Amino acid sequence: MKYTEEHEWLRPEGDALTVGITDYATEQLGDIVFVELPETGREVKKGDEIVVLESVKAASDILAPIDGTITEVNQAIADDPSLVNSDPLGKGWFFRIKPAEGASIDGFMDEAAYKAMIA
Amino acid sequence: MTDTDEGLPTPLTELHRRLGAKLVPFAGYQMPLNYPAGIMAEHQHCRAKAGLFDVSHMGQIVVTARSGDTSDAARALERLVPVDILGLGVGRQRYALFTDDNGGILDDLMVANLGDRLVLVVNAACKAADFAHLQQGLGADCQVSMLTDRALVALQGPEAGNVLAGLAPDTAQMRFMDVREVEILGLPCLVSRSGYTGEDGFEISVPDHGAMRLAEALLADPAVEPIGLGARDSLRLEAGLCLYGNDIDRGTTPVEAGLTWAIQKARRTGGAREGGFPGAARILAELDAEPARLRVGLLPEGRAPVRGGAPLFAAEEGGDSIGIVTSGGFGPSLGAPVAMGYVPAGLAAEGTRVFAEVRGRRLALSVAPMPFVPNGYKKS
Repeated sequence: MKYTEEHEWLRPEGDALTVGITDYATEQLGDIVFVELPETGREVKKGDEIVVLESVKAASDILAPIDGTITEVNQAIADDPSLVNSDPLGKGWFFRIKPAEGASIDGFMDEAAYKAMIA
Repeated sequence: MTDTDEGLPTPLTELHRRLGAKLVPFAGYQMPLNYPAGIMAEHQHCRAKAGLFDVSHMGQIVVTARSGDTSDAARALERLVPVDILGLGVGRQRYALFTDDNGGILDDLMVANLGDRLVLVVNAACKAADFAHLQQGLGADCQVSMLTDRALVALQGPEAGNVLAGLAPDTAQMRFMDVREVEILGLPCLVSRSGYTGEDGFEISVPDHGAMRLAEALLADPAVEPIGLGARDSLRLEAGLCLYGNDIDRGTTPVEAGLTWAIQKARRTGGAREGGFPGAARILAELDAEPARLRVGLLPEGRAPVRGGAPLFAAEEGGDSIGIVTSGGFGPSLGAPVAMGYVPAGLAAEGTRVFAEVRGRRLALSVAPMPFVPNGYKKS
């Protein structure tokens, strides 16, 4: 598992990455009440705002961690946004992305580095 | 959202810290945004049982007449508010507004008649300006003093009556907007049956040295949980109550804001003390005819919250903006987004569809009656 500075986690599964946000991020955001997911098949560039999250407090964006194609989205969190708070590393995942040719996740943080960042 | 040392502490800031609150700077004070339970759970708890709020940042101002006759203070205060203060009975409280010469709103406040004095509670961000405004407007007839040695807490929710009766049995007889001086835990408190959540409840002014003891005694009741500013905002929004600086300000009049109920007959055209407050010409004209725009409740049709600042349009595409959302978010008790804002009077009828621009797209909302959830006030 890798982590971004934007508090996303990336878990390689087959030729794609599953992406969600960390426990720490959900604690900072508070209760999530609305999630807008990208369309399956969309080609995205690293840094594109592809998910909108609304908590009771405020709106925030989730950015594409790398260049790639969205292969699947988690409709369950659009139907029940509280899953992101209750199970951010499991049922609260956001989308799966197939990295574009040459896109690599080697530069992202491992768990120890991420923990050091939020400490 | 990180913890802050910025701003002044209230007499309860250490308690918030101990309870694990996320502290944020708000109107110059360190205030709890939420506790570990989170905004949603705090909101639900307040509607189901009882919540304790620290509102010590608000201004508490005492006005006494130099003549010794409180009706002189009431008459003087009427020069600054379009409200019937002279008709306010002893032991009663009333909502009021400071207006400016253009009919705009300088602040909203509560005025209580204690017989020998009037006690005003004003917004934290406005309290210095309000105090100066009162001194300038009433100084010739009245002594105006800011209470700087008292905290203010609110106990709100359907269980609030039972909880407070346990500490102060006399409060059980109080009805909505009654005010009494009550001794609680040996502390001289000023209690009003009022609040900012739409629920039954009390606001309790307590000497600052006793605030911690009172708060801990209230929190010792299993029905009571501490509630932060986040849930305070969602509770007042569902109750359709205005937040000064968002829903009302110098650019809005009381009539546009739908606060005509706060302007009693005595101050209206043909009343015993018609006009005589700043902006009376415009405010009375709007009361007699109709203002160009009105504050309305807005229910987004989808699940996306529509927040304050979103421009409103009459159609899904094209056209100029016709209004603005002033407050909006998610209503935990409603389980849906809620908002309020200003629309032209012609689009203010219940059920009218308007559109808010959010992230470049127009989302449909319908004009809805407020409050969004029924009030729990103890009126009888």
